[in-house]
Amino acid sequence: MQTFGWPEAYFILRAASWTLALTAIAFVIGSIIGGVFAIMRLSRVKLLRQIAAGYILVVQSIPVLMVLFMSYYGLSAAGIELPPFLAASASLAIYASAYLAEIWRGSIESVPRQQWEASASLALTTPQQYRYVILPQALRISLPPTVGFLVQLVKNTSIVQVVGFVDLMRAGMLVNNATYQAFQIFTLVAAIYFAICFPLSRLSRHLEKVMNASRSH
Amino acid sequence: MLFQDVISRWPMILNGVGLTIVLSFVAIGLGLVLATLMSALRSLAGSWAGYVVDAYVELMRNTPFLVQLFMIFFGLPQLGIRMNGLEASLLAMTLNLAAYATEIIRAGVDSIHKSQVEAGLALAMSRRQVFQYVILQPAFARVWPALSSQFVLMMLASSICSFVSVQELSGTAAIIEADTFRSFETYIVVTVIYLVLALSVKLALNWLGRRIFPQVSGLARVTEAHGEAA
Repeated sequence: MQTFGWPEAYFILRAASWTLALTAIAFVIGSIIGGVFAIMRLSRVKLLRQIAAGYILVVQSIPVLMVLFMSYYGLSAAGIELPPFLAASASLAIYASAYLAEIWRGSIESVPRQQWEASASLALTTPQQYRYVILPQALRISLPPTVGFLVQLVKNTSIVQVVGFVDLMRAGMLVNNATYQAFQIFTLVAAIYFAICFPLSRLSRHLEKVMNASRSH
Repeated sequence: MLFQDVISRWPMILNGVGLTIVLSFVAIGLGLVLATLMSALRSLAGSWAGYVVDAYVELMRNTPFLVQLFMIFFGLPQLGIRMNGLEASLLAMTLNLAAYATEIIRAGVDSIHKSQVEAGLALAMSRRQVFQYVILQPAFARVWPALSSQFVLMMLASSICSFVSVQELSGTAAIIEADTFRSFETYIVVTVIYLVLALSVKLALNWLGRRIFPQVSGLARVTEAHGEAA
């Protein structure tokens, strides 16, 4: 029987790069979709607001696992075959978009109303207001919760192993199936996740402190 | 689309829904008790106890729920602690929720002004009484919205317990899917059930919050730690 040694640990460590890649892709795509929904959520058109609110509510009220199953098994049964990596990134991007939309809506709303009024009185159009006045300020406010959400995203990538994609979690399970030394293996897997998430958590908390300090002046 | 194959298995689905609800509520109840104890330990006991609680909270919050579940289900038997999927799920959910709830309650405890504690002590209340009536109860009232969203997230995360072959809602979905080969229909039905469950639990918890903490409804509440998933 194979035992858990350096080659196995190296295999797990290498798979961690796929977890990071998946997180990055889901974050980038999720940001684009989430940004659109955040602005829709604040639109003057009622229908757009309702669509965005409905999307956010639905995605936040179902398990990520279901989004993953729907996009992988569901679509493949419907004849659309998605490769595991694509299904995994698509479903994580959908999940991320709903949370990011809600975080950014809050950030945009917490820019003082006078900023809108002042920029409107300078005859800026709505896109110009967003581009030059509101978003630069909202970005600063949104930074701590966005980094905090990244931690959730990294952790939630662990479920994509159900569709057969070899990420950090899957690598741990594969080694476990070969060596049956679950305790050591999952300690290592947990340690790697912790090594990714803990600095992000601290960064988020640090940014929050910096922002609070600058706002109280 | 053939939904009747899925719908006709409604007794199975109902069982799954029942197990999801029971699993979530037991874990939430136990997790909340554990979180309250840990918060008390942080506030009342010496600083080393606070460090232990902090370390526990950071450890749980920065590792995925799935890894915690596997550690309990596959890892602990190696140390001689063996349990079935349901017990492992319950333990993992309780430990996970307790960490998040401790962090949320901490935000509430931190929001209680020091002068309140001093006022309590000046009224000859004991340290335990001050903690219970002056710190904990108002803190709970303030963070109830954040706690209830965490409860809903825990219920959604319980779907992950199907990985250790627990027949809750998503575990049931996997069986129905394997039986009928109607994946899309199965997952649509189950997703809609999760949606209805999550929304009703959210409404019920809001109602409960207004009943338990009537004195603060309408007041400013601490709503940070919002949107954190397992």
